[in-house]
Amino acid sequence: MSAPSLLAAARAQALRDLRLVWRRRGDAAQPLLFALMVVALFPLALGADPQQLARIAPGVLWVAVLLASLLTLDTLYRSDVEDGSLEQMLLAPVPLAWLLAVRVGVHWFTASLPLVVVTPLLAELLFLPADLLPVLMASLLLGTPLLSLMGAVVAALTVGIRRSGMLLALLALPLFLPVLVFGAGSVMAAAQGLPWIGALLLLGAGLALALVLAPLAAAAAIRIALN
Amino acid sequence: MTTPPAPDAPLLLARGLGFSRNDEPVFGPLDFRLAPGEALLVLGGNGAGKTTLLRVLAGLLQASAGEVELSGRPVDRQHLARGSAYLGHLHGHKADLGALENLAFSQAIQGGGGPGIEAALAEVGLAGHEDTPARRLSAGQNKRLALARLRLQGAPLWLLDEPYANLDLDGIALVNRLIQGHVAEGGSVLLTTHGAYAAPPVPVRTLTLAAARSPA
Amino acid sequence: MNPVLLWFHQLGSPPVFDRFAARWVPVGFVLGLLTMAIGLYGALFVVPADYQQGDSFRILYIHVPAAWMSLFVYGLMAFYAVIALVWHIKLCEVLAMACAPIGALFTAVTLATGSIWGKPMWGTWWDWDPRLTSELVLLFLYLGVIGLNAAIEDRRAAARAAGFLAIVGVVLLPVIRYSVTWWNSLHQGATIKLFGESTMDASMTWPLWVMVLATKFWFVGSLLQRARADNLEREAGKDWARAAAGVER
Repeated sequence: MSAPSLLAAARAQALRDLRLVWRRRGDAAQPLLFALMVVALFPLALGADPQQLARIAPGVLWVAVLLASLLTLDTLYRSDVEDGSLEQMLLAPVPLAWLLAVRVGVHWFTASLPLVVVTPLLAELLFLPADLLPVLMASLLLGTPLLSLMGAVVAALTVGIRRSGMLLALLALPLFLPVLVFGAGSVMAAAQGLPWIGALLLLGAGLALALVLAPLAAAAAIRIALN
Repeated sequence: MTTPPAPDAPLLLARGLGFSRNDEPVFGPLDFRLAPGEALLVLGGNGAGKTTLLRVLAGLLQASAGEVELSGRPVDRQHLARGSAYLGHLHGHKADLGALENLAFSQAIQGGGGPGIEAALAEVGLAGHEDTPARRLSAGQNKRLALARLRLQGAPLWLLDEPYANLDLDGIALVNRLIQGHVAEGGSVLLTTHGAYAAPPVPVRTLTLAAARSPA
Repeated sequence: MNPVLLWFHQLGSPPVFDRFAARWVPVGFVLGLLTMAIGLYGALFVVPADYQQGDSFRILYIHVPAAWMSLFVYGLMAFYAVIALVWHIKLCEVLAMACAPIGALFTAVTLATGSIWGKPMWGTWWDWDPRLTSELVLLFLYLGVIGLNAAIEDRRAAARAAGFLAIVGVVLLPVIRYSVTWWNSLHQGATIKLFGESTMDASMTWPLWVMVLATKFWFVGSLLQRARADNLEREAGKDWARAAAGVER
C-alpha cells in the first residue's frame, strides 16, 4: 500500500473541509452576525457619543473578533469525533499534525478571515479614526490565526467531553490574553502616537512558533483526549 | 501490498497484550498470532473487551502491557497505518459529503492499493449512490460505504468490529464475500461478533475473551 | 541499582506511597504551623513599623511567600505533568493534580492580601497592577486545570489532559506576564510600583524567609495529604487500600 504524499493529503483535507463549509454555508455567517451584535451592544449600553466610542473602538473590535472566534472553536472537531472521521484521520499514514494544520487553516480561512474582512465596516460603527484602521487590520491578520492555532490545541483537549463549549471558552481565554493585549495594544499605542510595530512583530513571532508547534500539540492532545 | 511476507511469518503477533482502564483490567494478557490468509474470530460477551482489543490493535489506544508485531516488526504508528485497516462502530463518513466524495477523501489520506472508487462502490452495492450525501444513506448503506473504504485501502490486515451490525441478509452476504476474497488474496482478518447470527465462510480460529471482572 | 533511584521507583507503588505520605503529612503540617507561628510573631510584633507605610506593610509577609508559592506550585505541577505524560508514571499524575487546588489557594491568598495591602495605597480594593493582574490570570489557569480534570470521567485520561494543559500554561506564563507588564506600561505610563520589597532593611527580612519556609512545609503536608487521598480513591478496589483506610471487610 503506497503512502500518499503530504501535498496530496493536504489538498484532499482542504478540499473536504471547504466542501463541508460550503454545504453549510448558512452557518458560516453566524460568527459575523455575532461580532456585529457585540459591537452594536456597546453604543447601546454606553451611549452613542462618537468620541467615547472612538476611544474604546480598537479594544471593542478586538474583543468582538476574539469572542466570535472562540465560539467557532467548539465546532472544530465536534462532528469529526461524532461520526468517527477523526478516528480515520488518526489512522492515516499521514501525520495527524499535518492534517490538523490544514484543518485549522481552512477553519481560520472560513471562520476568522471573514471577520477580519468585515472589520472596516464594524470600525465605522464605532467611529474608529481612519488612520488606525491599517494597524488594526494588521494586528487582526496576525492575531486571528494565532487564536485559531492556540484554540485548536485547547479544543483538542476537550474533544471527548460532552457539552464542553463553556469549559473550552474558560480554558482558552487566559491563553488568548497575550494575543489580545498585543493585538489591541498595538492599536492603542498607535492611537497615543507611541511605537506600535514591536507588538505586531511579537504577534508575528508568536504566529511563526504556533504554526509549527500548535499542530503538533493538538495532535498529541487529541491522542491524549481520545485514549 | 508490495512484497509478499515470508510464508511462515505471522502477519500479526501479540505477546502478553493487555489493557487496563483506571487500573481495572479490560482484557489480557493475551497471546495470539495471525498468519496471512487466516481469519481470527474474537468472541466474548458484552463488556469482555472485544472493541477495546481491536482499538488497541488498530493503534487508537495504547496497550497497558505486552507488545504487538506486524509483519515481524514491532509496531509504530506508520507501520500500523499502512499494514492494517480498521472498521469500527462509527462509520467515519461526513454526513454532508456524497459517497464518492467521502471515498475520494479516504483514498487521498490513506493511500490506496485496492480497486478504483467506482469499482469499490459497485462491489458493495452502492452504484448509483455516488452523489447521495451520507446523511441520506441508511445505517446499512453507511456500513456498506465503510466496507468500500476498507476495500480501497488494500491493507493486508483487516480489523473488523462487529462487521455484520446494521446489515440485512444481502449485506451479511456481502461482508462474507469480501472476507472470503480478502483471505483468498493472502490477507488476514480479525473480527468480532456476538456470534449469534452470522459467521464468515472461511476457516476461522477463535479467541475468546473472558467477561470483564465485576467490580470488587 | 542506585539506592536513591530504587527508593524513587518503589515510591511509585501506591501502597508504598500511601505509607510514605501517612508518615510525612503530620511532619509537614506541624513544622509548617510552627514556622508560621514564629514568622507571624516576627512579622507582627518584632519588626518595627515601616517609615512610609506604617503597619499596613506587614501583610507583605503573607503576600510575598504566597505569591512565590503560587508560581512555584504551577511550575512543579507542570514538571509532574511532563513526567506523567512522558513516562506514564501514575503517581506523578496524582501529584500534578493534587498541586492544582493548593496552587489555586495560594494564588487566591496572594490576590486577597494584595488587595488588602492595596487599599491603603490606592484607596481602592483593586488596581490593575501588572503583578496582581498576572496573578489573576494565573488563578484562571489553575481553575482551568482543575476544571478540565473534573470534566473527564476516566481519572487517568483526565489527569493527562489537565497535565497537558498545565504544560501549555507554563510555557505561556512568561509570555502572559510580559504582555501584562507591557500593557500596564502602555496604559498607565511609568507609575512607581509600591510593591517593591527589595529595598527592605536586613533586620526586617528574617520573618519573610521564615514564612517562605513555613509555606514550603505547609505545601509538602498539604500535597502529600491530597495525593494520598486521591491515591486511595483510585485504588479503592484493592485490599491494601481498604486496610489503609480502615474499612471493615
